[in-house]
Amino acid sequence: MKKPVIEFHNYSFKYNSQVEPTLRDLNFTIYEGEKVLIVGPSGSGKSTIGHCINGLVPFSFKGEVTGSLKILGKEAKSLDIFSLSKMVGTVLQDPDGQFIGLTVGEDIAFALENDCTEQQTMHEIVDEVAKMVEMDGYLSSSIHHLSGGQKQRVSLAGVLVDKVEILLFDEPLANLDPATGKYAIELIERIQKETNTTVVIIEHRLEDVLHCPVDRIIVIDDGRVVADMSPDQLLASEYLEKSYIREPLYVKAAKYAGCEIMEEMKPAHPSTFALDGCRDQLLTWVEAVDIVPSSEKREPILELKDISFSYEPGRKTIHDVSFSIEKGEMVSIVGKNGAGKSTLSKIICGFEKLSSGQILFDGQDITHDTIKERSLRIGLVMQNPNHMISKNMIFDEVALGLVIRGVAEEEVKERVERTLKICGLYPFRNWPISALSFGQKKRVTIASILVLEPEVIILDEPTAGQDLRHYTEIMEFLVELNRQGKTIVMITHDMHLMLEYTPRAIVIEGGRKIADDSSAAILTDSGIIQQANLKETSLFELAKRLEIGEPRRFVERFIACDREVRNIWQ
Amino acid sequence: MAVEMLSYIERKSPIHELTGVTKLICFIIWSSAAMLTYDTRILAFLFIFSIVIFFISKIKLKEISFILIFILVFLLLNNIAIYAFSPQEGVKIYGTSHVLFEIFGRYNVTIEQIFYQINITLKYFTVIPVALLFIATTHPSEFAASMNKIGVSYRISYAVALALRYIPDVQRDFRNIALSQQARGIDMSSKEKLPKRIKNATSIIIPLILSSLEKIDTISNAMELRGFGKNKRRTWYSARPFQKRDYLTLIAFVLLFVISMVVTYYDGDRFYNPFV
Repeated sequence: MKKPVIEFHNYSFKYNSQVEPTLRDLNFTIYEGEKVLIVGPSGSGKSTIGHCINGLVPFSFKGEVTGSLKILGKEAKSLDIFSLSKMVGTVLQDPDGQFIGLTVGEDIAFALENDCTEQQTMHEIVDEVAKMVEMDGYLSSSIHHLSGGQKQRVSLAGVLVDKVEILLFDEPLANLDPATGKYAIELIERIQKETNTTVVIIEHRLEDVLHCPVDRIIVIDDGRVVADMSPDQLLASEYLEKSYIREPLYVKAAKYAGCEIMEEMKPAHPSTFALDGCRDQLLTWVEAVDIVPSSEKREPILELKDISFSYEPGRKTIHDVSFSIEKGEMVSIVGKNGAGKSTLSKIICGFEKLSSGQILFDGQDITHDTIKERSLRIGLVMQNPNHMISKNMIFDEVALGLVIRGVAEEEVKERVERTLKICGLYPFRNWPISALSFGQKKRVTIASILVLEPEVIILDEPTAGQDLRHYTEIMEFLVELNRQGKTIVMITHDMHLMLEYTPRAIVIEGGRKIADDSSAAILTDSGIIQQANLKETSLFELAKRLEIGEPRRFVERFIACDREVRNIWQ
Repeated sequence: MAVEMLSYIERKSPIHELTGVTKLICFIIWSSAAMLTYDTRILAFLFIFSIVIFFISKIKLKEISFILIFILVFLLLNNIAIYAFSPQEGVKIYGTSHVLFEIFGRYNVTIEQIFYQINITLKYFTVIPVALLFIATTHPSEFAASMNKIGVSYRISYAVALALRYIPDVQRDFRNIALSQQARGIDMSSKEKLPKRIKNATSIIIPLILSSLEKIDTISNAMELRGFGKNKRRTWYSARPFQKRDYLTLIAFVLLFVISMVVTYYDGDRFYNPFV
């Protein structure tokens, strides 16, 4: 029998600020050397479990604890956060916020500094650990200049200096582009092997984590453990669906086709998934596809012509980008972190002045229009809703833009209420914004742009950090807006979003446009996938294994089916 | 990009090569000398010397112009205030009164007052370049280490260093928020009337404060998780050992301080009086 390292026994926790307990009666054990994934929808309490393990609960986030939690055989309550930090190394979710040092070396050394390690020894340990995460060439680089994936490697190195026995990753994939995310999972796998640690990963992107083998998955919903089993067993069960967690797409496809998934089929990875029993069913299912009518060519609404831009003279951030977006279209702009996607959206809204090129709106030149003038036509919803919200009440926040424009009170009321109804926020109109969840806040910011009635809405990562249910909610809401005639442009690195909701995608890499094609075509082009740090969806792998001539059709069939099923949740 | 107000500027210069501790101590000695003396000759010498140091550091005037203008405006306000509240200060100090012209009541312009205020201005001018240099040439990671080394608690040192470090971040957030609010029609430009502009500014400041608080929360958790505050002392990864040039600089500055104090107090008064 292996040694237990984390033991929850009848453990409950209630934050002081909340009425209901966040964790209820948890009972599970994690053993030495295991790799365990904890999944759950937003607000399920999965992050709180992470906080319990690393000691932020109850030392930093105060609340009532009942039951027992033992870390390495010692009762967590009897320890302090510092002794816990010697046993559990935590890599936090926010890749930017958690850096303390300015340079890579300094940040890695932070824990050593606090332990009063001699400088000589400190430099030796930092060098060694940096080599382990392949950051040894960057020790004196400023953290601000690193890519998202490199930042994550630095924060991992920062906890590895302590020779901890448990590594805890809180949503390691959030904010990473698909290819970097894949690399992060491989890195975790390798580090675990090299250091012989126990690894706990908290994440809702199940399929991405399963890229490397996991021993066990614990499903948390509403503060309780609903399942605790091996990946194969879990994928053969109904638990994921019940908790609104996105199952791996290839498994989902097989389920839609009517196949019964069994543990013995090893569904945990698309390459081990035994298809023999359900090949026929899948093939028949694909044949039943309705031909999607191809949309007719429409008027262009927004045209970018040879746009160039540089933050500093002499160093171009955007190079001669041209594209046009048609009226009523829904388009994705994709690319890796730092490729220039967000800069492009800022240029379109007039936040940044372009150095050359032309922007046309409805055939009119708007290159020299001010931010305010453009805002009547183009609305931008920023990624972080907290960057936009400035009022206490939902109604006031949505009304802000109208009030400032001097619209009559009657009309303001009428327009705001109509918008709130569209956004499903009407019942909350007199609520304080602080009472809303992250997803609801996001909808408030969309509403506050929508109320100004722009014809084009640009959204920066509309679904970042959302679980499947909220993701569906937001996206279906956008589809509805699109049906009402709004043109929607989304900046994203979520491959599934792009595939599922936007027929067309524009790929940006290094400030250049490298592709402008149908989403399905882009995600089958391995050259572009590699260049732009995208990832092939597992559906293609499944289609290839089934020897389906047109993998695109398979994907389209899947998406149509999946959306129908998920619409029932609304 | 956003204006870099006050931050480290990477260069290769003898000033950059000194350890942070040396620079901090020199800065303190320098400021004390400039604060204590009113001796115009000493101030003038220090001023010229500070410009020389500035030149050696290879920092360009342009790079610190924003903060410099900011300080100069304050200096101007300070001068106006001194005159408004105490127009006869110079006469009181130097004991003579050479009136140039009268304005009204006790407000007249005397050579003594002008000389006194020139001295005040000169004091500013001697301290400003050195203070700016200290910040611009000390790597922020060494900043906390140096403060800690001269006896400031490491918690306070770290707080100061973090605050300095977050200036660019907060500037970036500010810019993003301001732009997105502008896109909703909130006008911050001079086209809008002042009271309205002040009201509009709150719609930028509230999200800025909230997002900064969020940042503080994350960073303090991250620090705690990695054992910050566990021991009474801590070591520093980027602290640099003292070199010969550090000792030489320190000795030079101490000498400078002693000489300037001797010259200042030689005649028993802090003020150099050309009027008697």
